[in-house]
Amino acid sequence: MRVYERITIGAPAGAVWEHISDPGRYLHFMSGVTRWEVCGSQRHGLGARYKMLLRVGSAEVGGLIEIVENVEPSDLAWVSVTGVDQRGRWRLRAVADATQVELRLAYGVAGAGLSGWVAERLAAPTVRGHLRRSLQQLKRQVEQEQLREAAAARRAARAQTG
Amino acid sequence: MDATTPKRSTNGHGDPKAAREAARKAGGAGPDDASADGGLLGLPGRVLGGLAKAISTRIPPADLDERDPDYIRESLPRLWLLSSIYFRGEVRGLGNIPEEGAVLMVGNHSGGNLTPDTTVFTLAFTTYFGVERVFHQLAHNLVLSMPGLAFLRKYGTVAASPQNARKALRSGAAVLVYPGGDYEVHRPSWERHRVDFGGRKGFIRLAIEENVPLVPVVAVGGQETALFLSRGEGLAKLLGLDRMLRLKVLPISIAIPWGINVGDMLGHIPLPAKIVVEALPPIDVREEFGETPDLDEVYDHIVRLMQETLDALASERRLPLFG
Repeated sequence: MRVYERITIGAPAGAVWEHISDPGRYLHFMSGVTRWEVCGSQRHGLGARYKMLLRVGSAEVGGLIEIVENVEPSDLAWVSVTGVDQRGRWRLRAVADATQVELRLAYGVAGAGLSGWVAERLAAPTVRGHLRRSLQQLKRQVEQEQLREAAAARRAARAQTG
Repeated sequence: MDATTPKRSTNGHGDPKAAREAARKAGGAGPDDASADGGLLGLPGRVLGGLAKAISTRIPPADLDERDPDYIRESLPRLWLLSSIYFRGEVRGLGNIPEEGAVLMVGNHSGGNLTPDTTVFTLAFTTYFGVERVFHQLAHNLVLSMPGLAFLRKYGTVAASPQNARKALRSGAAVLVYPGGDYEVHRPSWERHRVDFGGRKGFIRLAIEENVPLVPVVAVGGQETALFLSRGEGLAKLLGLDRMLRLKVLPISIAIPWGINVGDMLGHIPLPAKIVVEALPPIDVREEFGETPDLDEVYDHIVRLMQETLDALASERRLPLFG
């Protein structure tokens, strides 16, 4: 099953990238995520591994994931190593003065048959809701940071001219 | 193996035939001696004796290798549907369970012979730690002997016995035990919010001997999946089920589709009660109670802790079934 959500964030792609490439921030903006921990010594980039869990229904599903694509500041993709099969992708594209952010997640359990098919579809609204809220929270955080940085720059400029 | 060497089963019970013979020579009552122990009379006795013999020969050996991670993984969606949609399960405190190594989890048990709390917890544990973490559940021999329930062995379910639990813990597995077993699982519905292990303390001895942390796991809601009327202890004793089948109860309940359900041997369709499970922080028995802990003191402490948690979970429920 593949679900995705999109949002436009009023900030350059680099600012969004800073958030999505930092594993320490995931618990602050990812809805439903109960765990996002670095496994091993590599925190970022291609080959970095994380233990992640997402609450869906009565279970926290996920497992060990690995970053398989890291093209700054446009694409960040991962696949599952253990746990439920999943592929995820952040897709960042510049539009005018903003960035269009798309979060995709494909998930399932190979070999699960009919029950897998049914479960994937019944879980989809919950997963889609998590993605939507995650993007909204990401937008709020990134844009607030942009406002804070802009205000700090204005204060610094005023201090210089004064 | 030498033809004269007695055969040993791999389930930690030894050779059942040899055990029965030894018991007969010692003058004790083996599983086949039901009619001789005075517990059974006439035709019902012969029928139940035959049943006992049939079941005892069906007891599957507890081979830890029978656990099949691929099977578990492929059945996760089925478990998820049952747990999330039917029972609206909610599991808290999984972070309290040590991340790795052997651990003995002790749960209160509810729901008759079909125990939804185990289903909900098994799914939550497996998705949280991954199918790669070895997890065994101990179940009554009868459950594993029932036709159609052989798949439980693939989930890591083994026959409940101290030997099997010890073997699983020594392999580094997480082990879930229900000390209350058949006694607790058939308690009347009006005692649904009561932890009742019936004074069974073997799990504490096991945790001490194997030096593993003990994690209490408290569940609420399972006893609302049918209307449990009585354990039928007197009836079980009269029929000698304790000696024959290790059954201390012959429960009576009102359950779908049977109406009046005696014994619950064929199971029932559980009502969709909301199940909530909470894992508590681990207890290191030696660290908390000294090098030679008093079993009664530890038992009272654990039961009190679990009862307090169960009371708290029960107080969150506004209506039976709906939670």
